[in-house]
Amino acid sequence: MTVASSPPSRLPVRDIEGTQPKPRIREKRERDGGGRGDGALAALFIAPAMLGFLVFLLWPTLRGIYLSFTRFNLLTPAEWVGLDNYVRMVKDPIFWDSLTVTVEYVFINIGVQTVSALAIAVLLQRLTQSAILRGIVLTPYLMSNVVAGIVWLWMLDTQLGIGNEIIAGLGFDRIPFLADETWAIPTIALINVWRHVGYTALLLFAGLQAIPSDMYEAAKVDGASEWRMFWRITMPLLRPVLAVVLIMTVIGSFQVFDTVAVTTAGGPANATNVLQYYIYGAAFGRFQFGYASAMSVALLVVLSAITFVQYRLTRAGQTDLG
Amino acid sequence: MRIRTRTVVALTGVLALSLVTGCAQGGAAGAGSNTVTYWLWDANQMPAYQACAKGFEKQNPGLKVKITQMGWADYWTKLTASFIAGTEPDVFTDHIQKFGQFADLNVLEPLDDLDIDDSAYQPGLAANWTGQDGHRYGAPKDWDTVALMYNKKMVKEAGLSAEELNGLSWNTKDGGTFEKTIAHLTVDKNGKRGDEEGFDKNNVKVYGLATGGAGDSDGQTTWSPFTGSAGWKYTDKARWGSKYQYDSKTFQSVVDWYFGLAKKGYLAPFTDYTDGANPANAQVASGRAATSFDGAWMISTYYDTKGLDVGTAPTPTGPTGKRATMMNGLADSITKNAPNKAGAKKWVQYLASNECQKTVGSYGIVFPATPDGTEAAVAAYKKKGIDVSAFTEPVTDKKDSTTFSFPITDYAADVYSLVRPAMQDVYANGAPVSDLTKTNDQVNFILGQ
Repeated sequence: MTVASSPPSRLPVRDIEGTQPKPRIREKRERDGGGRGDGALAALFIAPAMLGFLVFLLWPTLRGIYLSFTRFNLLTPAEWVGLDNYVRMVKDPIFWDSLTVTVEYVFINIGVQTVSALAIAVLLQRLTQSAILRGIVLTPYLMSNVVAGIVWLWMLDTQLGIGNEIIAGLGFDRIPFLADETWAIPTIALINVWRHVGYTALLLFAGLQAIPSDMYEAAKVDGASEWRMFWRITMPLLRPVLAVVLIMTVIGSFQVFDTVAVTTAGGPANATNVLQYYIYGAAFGRFQFGYASAMSVALLVVLSAITFVQYRLTRAGQTDLG
Repeated sequence: MRIRTRTVVALTGVLALSLVTGCAQGGAAGAGSNTVTYWLWDANQMPAYQACAKGFEKQNPGLKVKITQMGWADYWTKLTASFIAGTEPDVFTDHIQKFGQFADLNVLEPLDDLDIDDSAYQPGLAANWTGQDGHRYGAPKDWDTVALMYNKKMVKEAGLSAEELNGLSWNTKDGGTFEKTIAHLTVDKNGKRGDEEGFDKNNVKVYGLATGGAGDSDGQTTWSPFTGSAGWKYTDKARWGSKYQYDSKTFQSVVDWYFGLAKKGYLAPFTDYTDGANPANAQVASGRAATSFDGAWMISTYYDTKGLDVGTAPTPTGPTGKRATMMNGLADSITKNAPNKAGAKKWVQYLASNECQKTVGSYGIVFPATPDGTEAAVAAYKKKGIDVSAFTEPVTDKKDSTTFSFPITDYAADVYSLVRPAMQDVYANGAPVSDLTKTNDQVNFILGQ
């Protein structure tokens, strides 16, 4: 018995200590291909996306950076000019003007959009579970920017637009929404808020769904008001999602183009000449692809810096949901 | 495992190949060696050119013409893209504004061997298409001028006659009979006319003159009939000038007077109509404006507007004692890398021939470049009950009228992008016209590079 009983009593001990037998088997399986098989399969799944990334993102970005140091009109070979395009950019008053106009647009667009989207998302979560309502909220997002721009352009026309007919019918002065330099940028910003707010609201709504309902129940038991629950529960726990949404919308806003192109074409008198539109004009209107690339690189740098700062400030990678 | 890795590589390769070949297929689609591809932007002209193509195919058995039409804005973007991708058409309708840039980019085929005779076309049309290198790059196609379109009913109600509108004159001091007329045609909310006591310029119901925007760098249908009849020229030379003259006192005083009409309430202000959304013809059609300056390419649009009885009058006589209008002509150009260059040359020769131009003229939508073609168009318009003499007289009557061309220089796109906002600043924001001197310096700096 003693002989027979001793080995079994030692086996579990060795097992618990994690010594030889089992790890050796695991190692062997990995070496024989179990893990490598997964790796190859993963590579297979990643390959199309990686190819797309290389062809449509990395290569154009690197090529754009290279072109920013050249004079290039598309049809003749690029000519290396060093920092000339960047020097020109720094001295170009229209570039700085475009940047200012863009920042103005971003502030109005993001400010109004985020607050409205948050309000819609909270209302959707706290008041209704209706999928139809969620669908309705998303409707403007289904329309293309160009179509939305043209429709709003007609509706807001000073003399012939239905919007101004209503304003005049109510006894107010007509407002040159897109033809006056004071109104043009806020109007374009609000048109884009109208189109995107539903989508942003649904992203935030998804974030809200991740907050456990028992927190609200507990708060209610303690007698907290909706207002208090919003500030003490919703906002802190939504922060990571809100941060990501903000980063995405800021990047998107800086790249506003199509609405401007169809409504004001940068006018009146450059009042809506946002950076992206100016870049487009330099490249496809004036065939100055080198200079346009330099401005695009500047935009890339600005956006990277803003994204980094936003990410750090909003602690986007951390959650308060313990 | 090796098989799997190989599969990954193969699949990736197939995907990459499909991307590459997919692009290539897209580019080569639709053309064959016996086909001549031809692009134009005006949908109204499509049937006329299809008729021309039929005549051409009959004369050239084995050759086919494939016509593609796309809107003005898409047209130039797509054309640029096609030059880069190598999918350009054999022949395309060219515009004088774009010509300089295309010539500079070296994407046009010289047409010297087509032996185009300048005297076979309306004066000035053929010569405009000669590059700085002395080669011809466009075969004359058609032409247009600008005239005053007016709502006959409103003019009658104002007690004015067609003769009066045909004999208008202007000056920068008191605006002449032109300013008096548009003032009289302007009506405020209370029914008071612009030249009556108590007229409310801030509440205008019908403007005497529709706005066509700030006119960009050429003012074709806005200020150019006035700057032209004041004797001003865009550049120091008729073609390929090295200096623009937006700093001229004459130019600036005319522009000041012209946009000043808006401050008086006779011309619709810039802010009234979003640039491009509601062009001059829409303002006249909706009854918000009594008159407008517009080009010959818009004749059918005005006359086809339901409920609108339109009249036309020539541009008013200016300080030089002459009427003036821009006379712009389009041309057909062949691309340097045209897949079917031999066929393209035959097609362009046919397009520029009296035969095709008479066919196009018979559709009554545009004035072809040859005198016979023009005559055919005038007859076709007449058949439709449209009198186009306000557009044709400036070309035939050299005593009382003068015509001028779009400015033809290098860097036309740069000039446009600098002058357009500057003119808008004057019109929309009331910036002083003297600011245009600074813009002119910037323009000439670019031209001098």
